Amino acid sequence: MRKITFREAIREALREEMKRDHSVYLIGEDIGIYGGAFAVTEGLLNEFGPERVVDTPISEAAIIGTATGSALLGLRPVAEIMYFDFITLASDQLVNQAAKLRYMFGGKAKVPMVVRGAAGCGTGAAGHHSQSLEAWMTHIPGLKVVMPATPYDAKGLLKSAIRDDNPVVFIEHKKLYSLKGEVPEEEYTIPLGRAEVKKEGDHLTIISYSNALIKAMLAAEILDSSGISAEVIDLRTLSPLDTGTIFTSVKKTGRALIVAEAAGFSGFDAEVTSLIAENCLDYMESITRLGGAFTPVPYNRKLEESIVPQVDTIVNKIREIVGPGRVSV
Amino acid sequence: MKLDKKLLLRMYHQMLRIRYFEERVDELFSRGLIHGTCHLYIGEEAIAVGAVSALHPEDYIISTHRGHGHCLMKGAESGKMMAEILGKKTGYCKGKGGSMHIADLTGRNLGANGIVGGGIPLAVGAAFALKYRKKKEIILCFFGDGAVNQGCFHESLNMSGLLKLPVVFICENNKYGMSMNIARACASETICQRAYSYAMEGIQVDGNDVLSVYDTVSESVESVRSGGKPVLIEALTYRWKGHSKSDRNLYRTREEIDSWKARCPIKTFHGKLIDELKVASETELLGLEKKAEMEMDEAVQFAMASPEPEVEEAVTDVYA
Repeated sequence: MRKITFREAIREALREEMKRDHSVYLIGEDIGIYGGAFAVTEGLLNEFGPERVVDTPISEAAIIGTATGSALLGLRPVAEIMYFDFITLASDQLVNQAAKLRYMFGGKAKVPMVVRGAAGCGTGAAGHHSQSLEAWMTHIPGLKVVMPATPYDAKGLLKSAIRDDNPVVFIEHKKLYSLKGEVPEEEYTIPLGRAEVKKEGDHLTIISYSNALIKAMLAAEILDSSGISAEVIDLRTLSPLDTGTIFTSVKKTGRALIVAEAAGFSGFDAEVTSLIAENCLDYMESITRLGGAFTPVPYNRKLEESIVPQVDTIVNKIREIVGPGRVSV
Repeated sequence: MKLDKKLLLRMYHQMLRIRYFEERVDELFSRGLIHGTCHLYIGEEAIAVGAVSALHPEDYIISTHRGHGHCLMKGAESGKMMAEILGKKTGYCKGKGGSMHIADLTGRNLGANGIVGGGIPLAVGAAFALKYRKKKEIILCFFGDGAVNQGCFHESLNMSGLLKLPVVFICENNKYGMSMNIARACASETICQRAYSYAMEGIQVDGNDVLSVYDTVSESVESVRSGGKPVLIEALTYRWKGHSKSDRNLYRTREEIDSWKARCPIKTFHGKLIDELKVASETELLGLEKKAEMEMDEAVQFAMASPEPEVEEAVTDVYA
């Protein structure tokens, strides 16, 4: 199968959905002539014109407000927030308006829109361009939250997000943009709200998403050679959460490790931990989580690497949990 | 303007409907029958009536937390509105929104809004959709003087000006953002002068004169409909009641309130219809008053008799 990058997979999803449905349009900063700060929308202005690829001034509230208001009238905007950190500037429009209009109007409105943006650390972009704010989003009823880790998932999930009748927050980790993966030429979609077992295993379940999932997969491969067989679940959609896949796996392995890049305190990993504890405690030998440090993201490379789980920290944590003598092979 | 008798009497009747509706809300609140708070529109009726009369039925509006007047004027049923305010199942939002979130989407009212200025970017989005689909409709975006110092006001005016969207902004300047006098809140002398920064026309109008509002909005709406730039209208008015139901009016004087009550938009219009325009008799206007009173009594009866929503409803309608 052909291999394309995460960035290309997202661009393909945008292009295909724009071709399929004229109500889909793109709006955001520097997405037109510039092609997007991460080159995701490159070429789309030429293909679809300025009416459907709308370059805006630096006005995040107006971008999300325009998207929301147009969605109320039946369009399907895909708004780009250049760095997801900037969602703070649009939070009223996203959190108070887009997420709640349907409910507050007694179910009479639909707000079919996607807000996509680049998040996460690892690029030396420091405290205003590196955050993982997904827990803010998952805490808002009315929003769906998607965080893919592979080109295949990114494409299939974004197509579903665009077709969904709810506001969907689609968070792309900037370290993933150049990651290559198999993506078929043929049309496909992946439903929102379904996790995937990316690797089967017996001794422990690693639950992760986005760039941390890639690290978790590498950690699991390393552990395979030392006789520890880890199952790896990619959540893909954080809200709504596929608890079924999580519970089935952790009941089988009896050990859960939740790995995320965002600050661990009050993080989404805490929610997963709590759900496992509430629902599967009788089956569990251990439930552990590995999140980021509770600090703004530092600039210095060494410091930046130190605050989020890396492959070796995941490996060490798993060895600690499973223990060399405790695995019956 | 063409002084069409039918239109003039309809305007008078609409102003009364709003006044009587709000008086009943006030009364229900005093009797402890309203669970939340309410922001009453009494004293500002000429703006909603003059402005919405200038629209086609297919045009859109977006409203504010002080939105009962806009909503009634855009064609919503008084009974379903009152039911929403009482939190009833038969209300516009099934009792889930209350006073600050009444929306009548079939009537093309995109709703009141609990966030000051929150509706302004949404209006830009609605206007974007209308232009995108090459429609002839426009949107009239209501907000108060408190909203013009929010960042989203400026972002929205700039964006709609750049994209030449079919939106008319109308600021109801009732002099106070809660307790904050406009003179202490706004560094510019007027609100409408801010339009010039965004290369659009800014017009100030007497918001207590329904015919002035009608004329100004009609002109702006037609200009925008024919492809012109957005317009910012500032309508000067005054709210007679407190900001919300907890207001003790500590920030303004009895004299000031009385001086504005003396300029009651309904009484003024009543006089104009009979003495100046000579289009109606006292008896005719009295008939309209009776009709409006009766409608609002029925609205209250309908709302009071309506059932509460089932508890299960609390967690539905979160997602489509």
